[in-house]
Amino acid sequence: MTISLIQMALLTMLAAVTVAIIRQRNLFGVVILAGIYSFLMASVMILIDAVDVAMTEASVGAGISTVVLLATIALTGSKEYPSVRRSLVPLFVAAVTGGALIWGTFPLPRFGVQESAIHMHVAPEYLQHSKDHKMPPNVVTAVLGDFRGYDTLGETTVIFTAGIGVMLLLRGRRRRLKENGKSAGKGTA
Amino acid sequence: MSQLTPLIDHFNYFTTIFLMVAGLYIVIARGNMIKKLVGLGLFQTSVYLLYLTPGKIVEGTAPIIDPRFQVYSNPLPHVLILTAIVVGVATLALGLALVVRISEEYGTIEEDEIFARGEDE
Repeated sequence: MTISLIQMALLTMLAAVTVAIIRQRNLFGVVILAGIYSFLMASVMILIDAVDVAMTEASVGAGISTVVLLATIALTGSKEYPSVRRSLVPLFVAAVTGGALIWGTFPLPRFGVQESAIHMHVAPEYLQHSKDHKMPPNVVTAVLGDFRGYDTLGETTVIFTAGIGVMLLLRGRRRRLKENGKSAGKGTA
Repeated sequence: MSQLTPLIDHFNYFTTIFLMVAGLYIVIARGNMIKKLVGLGLFQTSVYLLYLTPGKIVEGTAPIIDPRFQVYSNPLPHVLILTAIVVGVATLALGLALVVRISEEYGTIEEDEIFARGEDE
């Protein structure tokens, strides 16, 4: 009961922070609000038993993402100009999508019921195998590193590719800044 | 507890959908590229919640084997979302690197100004 109330309160705060992100025009404020959003989301994740995900979200979502966003703002400036286009069409698209999604949630099983389909498939096998074969007591670790190890391999490949992409995009930055500085007085980029 | 449970599960899904739609709105309606990427992040995070919510069992506990507990929540969505979070920050970094390059090239990160410049030339 108490946990349900805490969960509802956290979800309401998440929605409030989201509205604040939409309305905020200062990008520094947006980034800090996004950090708050990530911490709230991590708290919700702890309440729904996803402790590993909560730790990752708090460190990656609220930590690394915030640092990367702040670094970008330092390079590009933090003012968002009011858009000249009308906001009616996006609002309409968002409302229609939201309505369709809510319609789609009606046949979903009830929250927290042990008999729903998701708990009948491979999850019991993972739990049983972890017990039988003396795998790490944290089943998430066992699944991540063993049962679904190829997924993790693919994940590291994606991160490697993204890292190479970032390096290639930013490689010539200092050189370009220097050239601009020579040709046009002070560097403007 | 049983009285409130139907409300809770719907509340969970409704908040998830609200966050998702808010992210979609930011991506479509805002011209600033950093704000767009933050909106994309909101959308992504709401998907995490969408995956994790059905994995929870009310009487269960976190999936860490211990003789004192019998019922565990579903570990599979947790694994999938761990992967998704890490891939998400990788794509965010790539997108922001693109934004830095665009800002160097055009001197602005507002989409409307970049489009206007393209029409002038």
